[in-house]
Amino acid sequence: MIAELGHFALIIALGMALLQSLVPMIGSFKGYSSWMRLGSSLSMGQLFFVAISFGCLAIAFLNDDFSLKYVSQHSNTALPDHYKISAVWAAHEGSLLLWALILAGWTLAVALFSRSLPLVLTARILSVLGAISVGFALFLLLTSNPFERLLPMAPMEGADLNPLLQDIGLIIHPPMLYMGYVGFAVPFAFAIAALIGGQFDSAWARWSRPWINLAWVFLTIGITLGSWWAYYELGWGGWWFWDPVENASLMPWLVGTALMHSVSATEKRGVFRSWTLLLAIFAFSLSLLGTFLVRSGILTSVHAFASDPERGVFMLMFLAIVIGGSLMLFALRGPAMRKVAAYSGWSREVMLLINNVILVSSMTMILIGTLYPLVADVLELGKISVGPPYFNFFFVPLTVGLVIAVGIAVFTQWKSTESRLILSKIPVPLLLAIICGGVLPFYLATEYSFSITAGLTIFMTVWLIATIAADLIDKIGIDLKRVAKLSYSYLGMQLAHTGLAICVLGVGLSSAYDQTRELRMAPGDNAMIAGYEFNFSGVNPVDGPNFTAFQAQIAVTKNNQLVANLFPEKRHYNAGGQVMTEAAIDPSLIRDIYVSLGEPLANGAWALSLQVKPFVRCIWLGAVMVAIGGLLAATDRRYRRRKKIQANNKVAL
Amino acid sequence: MNRIALFVPLVVFAILSLFLLKGLDRDPTELPSALVGEPFPSFTLPSLANDQEILSERDLDSQVVLVNVWATWCFACRIEHPMLNQLAAEGIAIIGLNYKDQDQQAIQWLKQKGNPYVFNIVDAQGSLGFDLGVTGAPETYLVDAQGIIRYRRVGVVDQRVWDDEMSSLYQQLVGEME
Repeated sequence: MIAELGHFALIIALGMALLQSLVPMIGSFKGYSSWMRLGSSLSMGQLFFVAISFGCLAIAFLNDDFSLKYVSQHSNTALPDHYKISAVWAAHEGSLLLWALILAGWTLAVALFSRSLPLVLTARILSVLGAISVGFALFLLLTSNPFERLLPMAPMEGADLNPLLQDIGLIIHPPMLYMGYVGFAVPFAFAIAALIGGQFDSAWARWSRPWINLAWVFLTIGITLGSWWAYYELGWGGWWFWDPVENASLMPWLVGTALMHSVSATEKRGVFRSWTLLLAIFAFSLSLLGTFLVRSGILTSVHAFASDPERGVFMLMFLAIVIGGSLMLFALRGPAMRKVAAYSGWSREVMLLINNVILVSSMTMILIGTLYPLVADVLELGKISVGPPYFNFFFVPLTVGLVIAVGIAVFTQWKSTESRLILSKIPVPLLLAIICGGVLPFYLATEYSFSITAGLTIFMTVWLIATIAADLIDKIGIDLKRVAKLSYSYLGMQLAHTGLAICVLGVGLSSAYDQTRELRMAPGDNAMIAGYEFNFSGVNPVDGPNFTAFQAQIAVTKNNQLVANLFPEKRHYNAGGQVMTEAAIDPSLIRDIYVSLGEPLANGAWALSLQVKPFVRCIWLGAVMVAIGGLLAATDRRYRRRKKIQANNKVAL
Repeated sequence: MNRIALFVPLVVFAILSLFLLKGLDRDPTELPSALVGEPFPSFTLPSLANDQEILSERDLDSQVVLVNVWATWCFACRIEHPMLNQLAAEGIAIIGLNYKDQDQQAIQWLKQKGNPYVFNIVDAQGSLGFDLGVTGAPETYLVDAQGIIRYRRVGVVDQRVWDDEMSSLYQQLVGEME
């Protein structure tokens, strides 16, 4: 009964979305303000019904209603309750429903927080978002209905949730990622509304900026969580695999980053207008393309837990309408590109352009690498797989270029900067970076091995942080109390760029100094890695709620001082019979000790993987700083103040 | 002239869509391989355990085997590996095709994670993989006692895939042999 209610609510939500896509849009052309105003009530209604539908599915999971096909495939009576909830979005159908819920949420947020915008613009934005909702609701109802019943032969027990997904990281990773993906629908809708209306002034850029930042923050957090999860859950210490699905999330992030930067130039200086519009379209298009690649099964990937060509055909049609339609609109109505001679050599505009070129090139090379196997197959060039060496070959130099440019950009001003000014500011950070990059690797070599990669990494990090510090000292001197005087968007930028530096440090040093040994160890055996002594005392059986496990005990000591007792596990899940490796980690900012249990060998011995990973935690620390920086910038005072003034104006009128 | 430039993204997307559409038809995981029903391609390649020993398609004969394409660079293979160990423990003969890999790393991998393979074919250049139409690792082929490919799986073999798609076919092939 509850499932039917959820199904029915979803159908009503489709109706609401359909009305929302049509009524305000028609109203905006005819000038019917009552029709235009209907957009926000419809978005409220749509959210209400999607939320009911989502709630019904969650209840079905909690009640172990295995007559629902989706529930029976992804849950089990022994599954803890919090995993039953997260199982709602563990596979295709539920993910899409979550996607629709989040889209409805963003839509309502736009309706509520855009009251100060011109009514025509808001109406069109809500219409575009409504049209996207129609697409997703249809996709759900026609090809991926989570409320499908298995009657009359309902199973007594469910197949259980994939053990890889039974993890706190996977409870929050997909919602965050979707918040980001779907969030880019908002700037996309802003861009389409602007294209329809033919208004691309700086007000448009200012209005869309906080939305771009917010969506980007969520995507940053989502990707970070995914990488963190892969690191500790997959059990072999990697944190990025260049898997098609990871690439699918990185591409909109790169374009979103480019968009954040180019929209600032559009707002402040009125330049790059068509480019900003195009990036807004790209960011959302790549989010959709990512969904298509993941869900159609067109590329093989570990993430493709469920794939179906029929869904692929629907998604491709949807892509063609949304992306093709918006690019057509862009081609017909976009602002013609002009040569604007309003900025010169060392201006911030030029630096932002360099940033955009690097970020979009990175995205393009990832897109090519991801799709090349497919293209080669279609063109009969043979079966080719593209691996990490390709991606690293391009991505590493592009990142180096980006970091150097970010350091210079911080000193530039809009329009033009005297080169004398810039040249006077560069030497100190540069010298500092060269000294640190040249000396520190020798110091670190006493603990690890000597590495040129580490030198380059330290050079980049010090360069970036030193330029940021130099600019801060320029602005406020060394009086830390005056930090409060700086705007949130300036602080956000500096924090995000510092985060980038920390993240680069983590990536570079953890790959340069990583030490891994894979050993056969019998109880009582010792092993030394990077100054740490690992003592293996044996393996005991332990029981979990829905699994049984072998748990090893390993004491880690350094200079005869106990550092940590680690308990890696090998779990056997009862329902599905899958075997999972649960790594044990002793974390700290300067190094992680990472131990995972392999296969049992003869005479009570086990295969063990022992790893020391210097600075690996900086990767996620940096990424979190980047996200907080984005959040700070999104909450800058001037976005709020502007609204108040406009609200006051309205009252005055 | 400037307006024409605005059409560039649209044209690029249109071309991309054509490839995606074509790619859907060729969906590697959903369409059965053209090789299903065909004999296993002939090859002469070294063995991983002993590079002096040369293996050929005749080594697959006279029993029902799984041929598993794997590599140490293959991320999904790590997830698949415990399942292979389990199948091997159940007495199923699995032949490894170590695809475009480094021998030392592959040997290390088997030492650490257990060795479910009866023997491993070293396909460092990917030539046998090419003849098989391997799109990536892991892939698994079910080959009957006459050396005919009867089933192909692109991607990870897990408990569900085994139970739903492979187990009964395997039993049937073993039955045919007797």
